[in-house]
Amino acid sequence: MKVEQIAIFLENRSGRLAEITGILAEKGINIRAMSLADTSDFGILRLIVNDTENARRVLKEKGFTVGTTEVVVVEVKDKPGGLANVLQIIKKADLNIEYMYAFTQKSGETGLIIFRFEKIDTAVDILVKAGIRLLSGEEVYAI
Amino acid sequence: MIYNEEYETLPREALEALQLKRLQSQIERIYARVPYYRAKMDEAGVAPGDIRTLADISRLPFTTKEDLRRNYPFGLFTVPLERVVRIHASSGTTGQPTVVGYTKRDIGIWAELMTRCLSAAGATQKDIIHNAYGYGLFTGGLGAHYGAENLGATVIPVSGGNTKRQIMLMRDFRSTVLLCTPSYALNLAEAMLDMGIDPKEMALKVGVFGAEPWSENMRQEIEKQLGLKAIDIYGLSEIIGPGVAVECVEEQHGLHVMEDHFLPEIVHPETFAPLPLGEKGELVFTTLTKEAFPVIRYRTKDFSRLITSPCTCGRTFYRMEKVTGRSDDMLIIRGVNVFPSQIEHVLISVEGVEPHYQIIVEREGSLDTMEVQVEVSDSIFSDEVKKLEGLAKTIQKEIKDLLGVSCKIKLVEPKSIQRSEGKAKRVIDKRKI
Repeated sequence: MKVEQIAIFLENRSGRLAEITGILAEKGINIRAMSLADTSDFGILRLIVNDTENARRVLKEKGFTVGTTEVVVVEVKDKPGGLANVLQIIKKADLNIEYMYAFTQKSGETGLIIFRFEKIDTAVDILVKAGIRLLSGEEVYAI
Repeated sequence: MIYNEEYETLPREALEALQLKRLQSQIERIYARVPYYRAKMDEAGVAPGDIRTLADISRLPFTTKEDLRRNYPFGLFTVPLERVVRIHASSGTTGQPTVVGYTKRDIGIWAELMTRCLSAAGATQKDIIHNAYGYGLFTGGLGAHYGAENLGATVIPVSGGNTKRQIMLMRDFRSTVLLCTPSYALNLAEAMLDMGIDPKEMALKVGVFGAEPWSENMRQEIEKQLGLKAIDIYGLSEIIGPGVAVECVEEQHGLHVMEDHFLPEIVHPETFAPLPLGEKGELVFTTLTKEAFPVIRYRTKDFSRLITSPCTCGRTFYRMEKVTGRSDDMLIIRGVNVFPSQIEHVLISVEGVEPHYQIIVEREGSLDTMEVQVEVSDSIFSDEVKKLEGLAKTIQKEIKDLLGVSCKIKLVEPKSIQRSEGKAKRVIDKRKI
């Protein structure tokens, strides 16, 4: 129930983001979800794509620093309180979130929240036990 | 192995007697033949006959790069050009180039000194020596070349640049000894990995690295990455070129100065007064046997000290401590002296940080600012901002602890810092003073 995410180091220079998306487009790699964490000096681009291994390889070949991490993708109802319920569970279990970001699905009925936990295996156990639906890698890559 | 057993193991007393004899005849010759030196000595009130002991050398005036420039190109030569068989010159990036010349005998001595150095590093005639020092006006390439040939080894005169081809040749020829600058050695290691070649698959066993200051941590990094023993060699064209001093493979601690040909002194960096043996200061050399271009008390601007304790290798020559800074490279940041090699030392000590760095100095208002750019390699990258910021803070703190200067750490993308093909450019000083 863990999903692979790639992270790319970026200096704050104009055009870097366009360069990365261009490289991925050229190889026919589709971006499923993304978030950009930025500081005054650098940024970290996090992507979930339909072909992690390929994306990692082509970006590395182009000289980028690329890391792979595992994240949890949680499905929540796309209505008020959908996210609050999940966060309550996380809070009760005292799980540490390193960061999170969200995106909605085409249907518009459910939203997907991507969590990076400090202890991912414990988090998966607790969420599954609480009846929260987690998406598998295949499901996310195929969205 | 000791190449010239007779001279390299001379008892101190005999060595000093030889030095005095050679010094006296060298000073006499220079005084008689070079009007510029004669005028300087007259002004200082010292005549060749006043040099009765080695300590009397402190009565002689210093020679600086400025003196060399003033006499551009051949003003300080002691022989007519028809006896000069080779000219070398500095790059002249900081002004007029400095020009040096050699007679046939000078070239022979230089070749022997380089042979001694290669032997001290453990090389023999069975070795295949990949010489990536630049050939041309720079003394590195040809100096090392003649020494390696004199040793009887197989020399690959590859010179600088075209890194990929160098690696291919090094692999195919099964080269065992690498000669280049330390920064280029790291560049080679990195390029090998990029080409999918494990540096440890090379046949390299020893590297003789010089022509720029490098830290002890840098040595460990090079040894780890290339799987060889890294030996420091010292020299400068004004004295002869590479081969003035070298580490022995036995100790790798301090560089044996070829004292039968050069007389080292350590002087106070500001007052220029001679310092007692063992104290740290500016390194000064007087040549003892040079024919075409001898120098008297040449101020190297390199900082070092002399180690007088006996060495396990058996050489009786004093050792000079590894030069980790030149006064030319020294930055003064808000009144504090900073050498790039000190920053390098800190960077390499932080786990995973690659030794590719650059220092940018600027002035905001009346305040100096120093930015150290560090490349983010796979081993230090994290998808979490706080971890990367934590790393930058750690480096910043270590530098502050060591140097007492605050700096900004800028994390940059891999390969964004220019790679060296010879002497690395570590500092960009944008201050307009």
